[in-house]
Amino acid sequence: MNYADLFRVTLPETVLELAAFVVLVMDLVFLRRAARKMRLAVAALVGAAGCGAALWALQLQGHGGLSLGASGEAVLLATGGFAQVAQSGILVLTALTLLLLIDAEFTRHAGEFVAVVLMAAAGGLLVAAAQDLLVIFVGLELLSLGLYILTAFAKNSAKSAEAALKYFLFGGMSAAFLLFGFSYFYGLSGSTNLWQIQRAIAASGPSPLFYVAWILVVAGLGFKVAAVPFHLWAPDTYEGAPTPAAAFIASVSKVASFALLITLSLNWLRPGGNFSGEEHLLEGIYRAWQPLAATLLFVAAASMLAGNLAALAQTSVRRLLAYSAISHAGYILLGIAVHPVYSGQGSAPAFLQSTIGPAIRSTDAVLFYVLTYGLTTIGAFGVVAVVERATGSDRLDAFLGLHRRNPVLAAVLLVLFLSLAGIPPLVGFWAKFNLFAAVLGASAGVVPFALVALAVVLSAVSLYYYLQVLKRAYVMPAIEETSGKIEKIKAHPLTLAVLVLIAAAVLLLGCFPALLEGWIEAFTPNL
Amino acid sequence: MFLNLHPNSAPLLAFTIYLSFAGALVEALLPKSKPALARWLALIVAVSGLAVAVQGFAAGMGSNQAARVTIVDLPWVPSMGIHFLLAADGISRVLVLLTGLAAVAGVLFSWNIELRTNEFFAFFLALIGGVYGVFLSFDLFLLFVFYEIAIVPKYFLIAIWGSTRREYAAMKLVLYSFMGSAMVLVGLLAVYAASGSHSTSLDALAHADLPVSFQMWCFPLVFTGFAILAGMWPFHTWAPTGHVAAPTAASMLLAGVVMKLGAYGCLRVGIALFPRGLDPWGFSFIGIGSWRDLFAVLAVIGIVYGALAALAQTDFKFVIGYSSVSHMGFVLLGLMTLNRIGVTGAVLQMFSHGIIAGLLFAIVGRIVYDRTHTRQLAELETMHLAKRLPFAAWAFVIAGVASMGLPGFSGFVAELQVLVGAWMVNPWWVAAAGVGIVVAVAYTWRALQKAFFGDAPPSPHLHEHGQELAAITWPEVTGVVLLAGVSLFVGLYPEILLDAIEPAVKTLLAGGGQ
Repeated sequence: MNYADLFRVTLPETVLELAAFVVLVMDLVFLRRAARKMRLAVAALVGAAGCGAALWALQLQGHGGLSLGASGEAVLLATGGFAQVAQSGILVLTALTLLLLIDAEFTRHAGEFVAVVLMAAAGGLLVAAAQDLLVIFVGLELLSLGLYILTAFAKNSAKSAEAALKYFLFGGMSAAFLLFGFSYFYGLSGSTNLWQIQRAIAASGPSPLFYVAWILVVAGLGFKVAAVPFHLWAPDTYEGAPTPAAAFIASVSKVASFALLITLSLNWLRPGGNFSGEEHLLEGIYRAWQPLAATLLFVAAASMLAGNLAALAQTSVRRLLAYSAISHAGYILLGIAVHPVYSGQGSAPAFLQSTIGPAIRSTDAVLFYVLTYGLTTIGAFGVVAVVERATGSDRLDAFLGLHRRNPVLAAVLLVLFLSLAGIPPLVGFWAKFNLFAAVLGASAGVVPFALVALAVVLSAVSLYYYLQVLKRAYVMPAIEETSGKIEKIKAHPLTLAVLVLIAAAVLLLGCFPALLEGWIEAFTPNL
Repeated sequence: MFLNLHPNSAPLLAFTIYLSFAGALVEALLPKSKPALARWLALIVAVSGLAVAVQGFAAGMGSNQAARVTIVDLPWVPSMGIHFLLAADGISRVLVLLTGLAAVAGVLFSWNIELRTNEFFAFFLALIGGVYGVFLSFDLFLLFVFYEIAIVPKYFLIAIWGSTRREYAAMKLVLYSFMGSAMVLVGLLAVYAASGSHSTSLDALAHADLPVSFQMWCFPLVFTGFAILAGMWPFHTWAPTGHVAAPTAASMLLAGVVMKLGAYGCLRVGIALFPRGLDPWGFSFIGIGSWRDLFAVLAVIGIVYGALAALAQTDFKFVIGYSSVSHMGFVLLGLMTLNRIGVTGAVLQMFSHGIIAGLLFAIVGRIVYDRTHTRQLAELETMHLAKRLPFAAWAFVIAGVASMGLPGFSGFVAELQVLVGAWMVNPWWVAAAGVGIVVAVAYTWRALQKAFFGDAPPSPHLHEHGQELAAITWPEVTGVVLLAGVSLFVGLYPEILLDAIEPAVKTLLAGGGQ
């Protein structure tokens, strides 16, 4: 990879960094004496425009499948394919987060906040495309450091500081695990390139050390996607962080981390290059994958169970969303972990040919799920932010009588929460159905089926806690209603417009899922 | 296939769905301050739906009875072979007609809703739209989508406008429904993966030659999932509490059409897709040797248990709630006969019970309760309602007689057919179900006697007694006349429905769709 290539591939990241710089300069140089609202609006709009520009730069890379360059070359970043889908998703979700920031009140430092969001998003773009351990780690740290700062941004709130400290300590620990695991990978293979690591390990056969390294990596990534048992930070962080920061953590950071998990898992299922004459290598690769998948399945099942059951008992909507995020991470991990099993019969290249189709299907399903989940969560946090600003609390009871206090907001909440619960014709239902069908299509057997059945039953359980919020918004009267006076909840017109747009997208994509699915499939003709 | 239509007949049926959802959307956007507008709009939408249903039903009569007509067939998600496939055969037409009638009656009996009127009718019409959709879907995925759409409005209808322990009842009902639909979804995913046909149309899945061992475990899963909503014992407990807590129109819809969704799913999906799932296991335990025996026994237990429980209730509405469990037992028993006469009887019983239960709930919940503000039989006994509300008393006499299954009403024909069909399979089922019929006479008589013709001395504590009860309004009269008239008409001339149901049942039992 020469520098010209590298510049071309990292153009979107460069654009984001430039936008961050522009935001800072405008805020500090031109708007020092402007009102806070004005500064926030300008910073957010410029930031969103920066995301748009980065999206445009991304389109310049074309609409192709995943491109890794010639095999054997130590490529740093992939272009096209699922990486580009995830990157586009990250940019769109970042822009939405910024647009919902407009009437936030937690900080006076608008420019800094927006700039940090943009830089973290640039880290996310790197993570989604990285093909090299060092790039992965740098990208993850860029993303994570941004998230720690964003979490701590409400300087007047002790909760925010507490959340940031917890998040930082957990994050630092898990980054150490991850780096330790990476160092083993390097030690075993003598390379930091994923493709070369894979070949080296297949040639030598997986050693116990390799599996130790993998467990360490799972611990590191499990932290990023908030999967059990690495999830403990999530409820506290979601609760204490300023709402836009929480929305950003719940959506953008998730998309980037799951794209990384796809990279790692697909590397085992879609070994790059030509294996003619080296069938034993391919076989070794498949054999090495089975225990790796088993660890992911365990984490998936634990996340679904613990997330859904813990959410039942929550009284804070942010914590409820955190546990629901944990359970959704469990569903998504199913799609990543469940892949065809190579039994050792038949030739490995033939097996590779026969499993490419189902593997593509489940990648597409995971991407569809992550993107739509991110969209829905941003909307949900947008509603929570408005309600919280008016009532000063995110308790369930803060939502009492919402349908009279702001009917539009209540309708948006209804659509988004029912979508999270997986009720048709909303997009959450289609995402789940698509993912589970892909899992069953990719892998027959009792264990995948049992896990899908568990996931379906648990999503029925999840309806209970989503309805707890909707019940307060629609069924139970507001506290003041008894005295005859109803306090309306006001929202900025732009905030309301963005929220309605998100709800409309959730409904539209639920009715016509082929729109988004066709777009994703266009990027993943091969792996 | 698309052109195999009776001239300008079937395509209209799809508008039952579109009209209802469009109506729900408009209702949601109406200003809160105009309840009369909301009412009339709902009535217009419901009546248009009924008109389309009647037209679709009438167009299906005549020479091409057995034919199934495709209404709409559009690719929806091409990558998974999912189609937006609406079609109608005789069974669908009859149940769409039932839905139309229940919708109109439901609107008429909710004429006095004053709280958040437009929202009430928005949820009401959304529920109706989902129900129409289930009855017209011939793609399994689409059917499931409509089936789930029908769940959420029920929650809000009961939780917002209900009475006794409404939030508890609403949550219980929704969780039971959603758990049932989760079982169906697991079955749906399994069928899709097992068939490998890359299509979710019911026809394609029925012809997928699924392995017998697969059908053996998938059938009970899907059947139970649907049967939860049909009120199968022992999963019926959501039904009485839900019916009692619901506002009148919602009880009418719950008992009238929503429970039928479950029974319809059992037939259209459970039996049609997994015919071999009903085969004998190869061993038998206390006389039960297959899933068919097991579910038939559960159905019979439901008939007897529901009837006995109805006999013991002190709350008027609970009497009707448990009677629904008992009557739905007949539907499930009819399905498990797997012969033409029994299954035809089951479908006719769905129609008949839908009408009669709607009428009973309307009388108890709207005509009586909204005036007396009590449903306790012991208190009603002191009110001498036969003198003070003669219309209600006579309406209940008619509905009660129809519910007992007396000749001349729709229930008689339906239950008779179910019992004849069951006799051909296992006479013991009939003997046990016969107990249920006898008890049905007893509990209906008891309720009638206590609620309307009681001769207990007036209680001094009831200050209402001295006051005049509000007069019967025109929507109430219209609704009662509509429902009682239909039940009587079908009882006297059952061929009009049987001619549509029977050929469709024959085709379905012979192996799936066409």
